[in-house]
Amino acid sequence: MLNYLWSFMIIFSILISGFSGGMREVTTSALSSAQGAVELCIKTAGIVALWMGIMRIAEKAGLIDALARKMTPLLDFLFPDVPREHAARKYIATNLIANFLGLGWAATPPGLKAMKELQKLNKGKSVASHAMCMFLIVNISCVQLLSINMISYRTSYGSANPTEIIAPCIIATLLSTLTAILFAKIMYRKER
Amino acid sequence: MILIIWLSDWMIPIIILGIVIYGLLKNVNVYEAFIEGATDGLQVVFDILPTLIGLMMAVGILRSSGALEGVSRLIKPLISFSQFPSEVVPIALMRAFSSSAATGLILDIFKTYGPDSFIGRLVSIMFGCTETIFYTLSVYFMSVKIKNSRYTLVGALLATFIGITASYYLALWIFGI
Repeated sequence: MLNYLWSFMIIFSILISGFSGGMREVTTSALSSAQGAVELCIKTAGIVALWMGIMRIAEKAGLIDALARKMTPLLDFLFPDVPREHAARKYIATNLIANFLGLGWAATPPGLKAMKELQKLNKGKSVASHAMCMFLIVNISCVQLLSINMISYRTSYGSANPTEIIAPCIIATLLSTLTAILFAKIMYRKER
Repeated sequence: MILIIWLSDWMIPIIILGIVIYGLLKNVNVYEAFIEGATDGLQVVFDILPTLIGLMMAVGILRSSGALEGVSRLIKPLISFSQFPSEVVPIALMRAFSSSAATGLILDIFKTYGPDSFIGRLVSIMFGCTETIFYTLSVYFMSVKIKNSRYTLVGALLATFIGITASYYLALWIFGI
């Protein structure tokens, strides 16, 4: 994906600048952007390290599992077709909680395992089951507590209040997740 | 409104406090765990540095060539019925395909307009409530060889659209233009 996208951005902008005569700007901007990337990395490193340190405590204390176990009522509502004791439940819960805490790297492995388990329950093997559709729609609209990357970028570019976006973010993502659930529920009723 | 500002101010301290206390209650050596996680965190940051250099360079020359402004000028008439800033449309589209390319564009917005401008706040909120739809769907469905994804894509696009619309009105309502 990025292979073509990146090449396209570079070829396209250099050709355009060639015609419009802005080659010096391209040179300056290529050099200063590369330099800026390193500065940005150094500025964000502290915040990201701080956050991952805190999150490692949460992981070691078993917070993800503890929260995942509390999700039974919600999972009953979202996935009525998946039996309570089925392994898919545990993986779905872990994936959603890890996403919620902003731990992307901890979310994907259980997410893929959840798909594998859901596939075992699926009757038509090349057609997605309702549970899969619901899982992925909710996963993509992901309720997230906060995006530490965005906060660290805002800090690096000198925002007066980098965390002011936390609450609006949560409200926006709640709205999108509720829409997602509603949509998947309606489709479930309609297609059954 | 006051609640929203309060929540934004309190969120990080409360999470840190909660997790440290929870860790102590569960007999975790919290300091050691923190250091371990922070070490990995530094590793993660410097692992993405090459990506960041590549993308910021590409977006940087795209900006200097005038192509970015050209694209948003082309988009402007299409969304003229709303006040939605046309500079943000390419970011919203890019976000569905590649998270890192979208990050490059967002950093360019921060550099050009500042993170505390209306556009800066809008993209910050937007990034937090959207996902790389096409990437995620293909990875998850391909892992179990599903070919017909039924209503998943429509649902994901709808949720994203609602997220973006909500971001716009929230930014407008809370911070103003």
